[in-house]
Amino acid sequence: MKFYDFKTNTVLILASVCLAVTQSCKPRTAQSAATGDATKSFVAPGKYDEFYNVVSGGFNGQVAVYGIPSGRLFRIIPVFSQSPESGYGFSEETKPMLNTSHGFVPWDDQHHIALSQTKGEHDGRWAFANGNNTPRIARIDLTTFRTAEILEIPNSAGNHASPFITENSEYIVAATRFSVPLDDQNGDVPINTYKQNFKGSISFISIDPSSGEMNIAFQIRTPGVNFDLSRAGKGKSHGWFFFSCYNSEKANTLLEVNASQKDKDFVMAVNWKKAEEYVKAGKGKKQPVKYAHNVYDEKTHTATSAIKNEVLVLDPADCPDMLYLIPCPKSPHGTDVDPTGEYIVASGKLAASIPVFSYTKIQKAIAEKAFDGEYDGIPVIKYDAALHGEVVKPGLGPLHTEFDGKGNAYTSMFVSSEIVKWSISDLKVLDRVPTYYSIGHLSIPGGPTAKPHGRYMIGYNKITKDRYLPTGPELTQSAQLYDISGEKMKLILDFPTTGEPHYAEALPAGMLMDKQQKIFRIEENTHPYAAKGEGHTKVERKGNQVHVWMTAIRSHLTPDNIEGVKVGDEVYFHITNLEQDWDVPHGFAIKGANNAEILIMPGETQSLKWVADRAGIFPFYCTDFCSALHQEMSGYLRVSPSGSNVALHYSTGTNKPAVNTQAAPVNAGAPAGTE
Amino acid sequence: MKRKSLFTVAFLLTGYLLFTACNDQQSGAAQHAQNAETATEQPETHGSEIKPEEVTLTTPLNQEWVSNGKAIYDMKCQSCHKLTDERLVGPGWKGVTRRREPHWIMNMITNVDMMLEKDPEAQKLLEQCLVRMPNQNIAKEDARQILEFMRSNDGVK
Repeated sequence: MKFYDFKTNTVLILASVCLAVTQSCKPRTAQSAATGDATKSFVAPGKYDEFYNVVSGGFNGQVAVYGIPSGRLFRIIPVFSQSPESGYGFSEETKPMLNTSHGFVPWDDQHHIALSQTKGEHDGRWAFANGNNTPRIARIDLTTFRTAEILEIPNSAGNHASPFITENSEYIVAATRFSVPLDDQNGDVPINTYKQNFKGSISFISIDPSSGEMNIAFQIRTPGVNFDLSRAGKGKSHGWFFFSCYNSEKANTLLEVNASQKDKDFVMAVNWKKAEEYVKAGKGKKQPVKYAHNVYDEKTHTATSAIKNEVLVLDPADCPDMLYLIPCPKSPHGTDVDPTGEYIVASGKLAASIPVFSYTKIQKAIAEKAFDGEYDGIPVIKYDAALHGEVVKPGLGPLHTEFDGKGNAYTSMFVSSEIVKWSISDLKVLDRVPTYYSIGHLSIPGGPTAKPHGRYMIGYNKITKDRYLPTGPELTQSAQLYDISGEKMKLILDFPTTGEPHYAEALPAGMLMDKQQKIFRIEENTHPYAAKGEGHTKVERKGNQVHVWMTAIRSHLTPDNIEGVKVGDEVYFHITNLEQDWDVPHGFAIKGANNAEILIMPGETQSLKWVADRAGIFPFYCTDFCSALHQEMSGYLRVSPSGSNVALHYSTGTNKPAVNTQAAPVNAGAPAGTE
Repeated sequence: MKRKSLFTVAFLLTGYLLFTACNDQQSGAAQHAQNAETATEQPETHGSEIKPEEVTLTTPLNQEWVSNGKAIYDMKCQSCHKLTDERLVGPGWKGVTRRREPHWIMNMITNVDMMLEKDPEAQKLLEQCLVRMPNQNIAKEDARQILEFMRSNDGVK
């Protein structure tokens, strides 16, 4: 014990000496600055990160999960794109997740993340993600980090202003980037009839408070502008939604020039509480449409896809006081609401200033009818009547703003490659840091909520250039982590990301760590082809379909010898993982499979379809290293010519009596069985 | 061991101070403290150990437990354990209730990580079988019913 104390003291003294010595170092070389900052992002082996960072995947269609401050990649969650690694979108159970009114769509462009909220704060239940190309919204369950639901959005094209969420997760929104002829109209029109025939739409999607299930509560028909981004009001502005729109010119060609003609476009303010009243009062009209709603069931381990045929639409002409437009300089991109709900920051990406609107002043302007005419019948509020003030000369190309909860705003500047920190109250620029290079979105943990967690800020850059070891023409995407706990922002880490991240959110590790699902209880597995125990394994033929009820446990597959399959047969391997321990998935692959492997989590059943294209012996095996005898976890499937009379037979651990292979037919009368 | 880990911590701390001393921000130290707080180590979680006095064997057998125990066996154990004395992945169950104490069997079922870590007999079995017995997420009450089924399999009435 004494020795122990002595050591402690020695060590503390040593530490103090080091401190004293190093404090005297005046000139800070680039090297010391770099290492000094690196300790802030260093998470020692075996230690955990402070935050989960849920990051959009852009053109890979998936969502990635990183640790902050280390920048380590933990998981790529398959959402809108097939994943041959897990079998998502390839297995029979998950194929329906990617069904749409256009049929099976195995890819999308995933831009934005919204984490569920209660009372304006993260509640750690779900992450929502948009599919931009074939308009969809997905819900990810944060206890499994898997996609639980995908909802297609009708009357939409380019689901960009999505998914943004209200402070109690009442709604997430989906507003269309491309206005288009509506789904029930004849869309076969000349493109230059844009002004007559093209309409915008905003979908309000309700979220079931207990199950999280999404449903389109109503849509609002809007003028044919392009919606870009959005945020819900919060606190005092709860009940409102703010959308940036561009192309108020309604151009249909060379938008780069033709949609940038006017000095101002708009922020659209939507009073959604008012919209709810109109829905209740029966002002909505039912419109025939067609869209898919796909839900994954964790008990049957199977997704189902239902096609819906109707949507309720509110027309602003029948619903006064529901929509207002606020002029906003030059093609606004991000429109972000500060933690108090009072200030709405709209970043005109071609503007020289950042206008900040005041919710209180907007309400006053509406009450006093301080309008500057109308746009397609929607009142346009006078710019000055709504304006809190402008951040003057913040930088070039302002895109997005996040907040630290201490009265500061942080705006990404695409053109001048920097992040600018400014004060919301007096609109003064406080600090600026470079980004490498051309930053798009930025994320502060809890940044879009009423209570930001602050401390860190991550910039997601569009251009990488020289930041990493080069890998040919295509480079990894570059993210940068900044410490924002002090007055000055400090770059502390570069980390590469997959896909092309757009928006991301981060939440404290403690909110998710302890509620992670570790296994699926085998007792609760109600998959129709589950084999809950080796005694339930079997092989059955139904016409040219052969169904295999197979089990996997360290370290064998049952059955592992299957005969009697014929060329042209469709074989469905239904694999049940009998393990009930965390982190013991088994994989399944068979030679010549035209789709993928499947990974089966403990207690789960997943099915892989395989077509016998030729006679022969086809080995199959477990692909996920599971034990010392993993390499032994394998089996054989025999395929005979289509006219053959080889009987269906399956077994594990029992050889049939040896036979002379010259003598045909082989053991035709052998009974099927596992013994 | 303890001294060694203290040294490690101290060394890291020293290193940390060395690195951040030049840092012009006061918040650095506070932040690191928070960092250490949230960055917890994760110990292996083992269920609570079942003590010999917690298991009472009675005759005649509880037939309901025997049949429940068999149902669990079919789902979660049969893949690796035969009811004869033949070894498959793990040892056959014939005679197991005569070879092992009841609480040893139940700990093996509910607490396999703990057993493989500290019980010499369990470790010997791992050397023979080479596959760690999986944790099959079986509750103590269910393990007791499996034990009843094992006794039945061993001819107890």
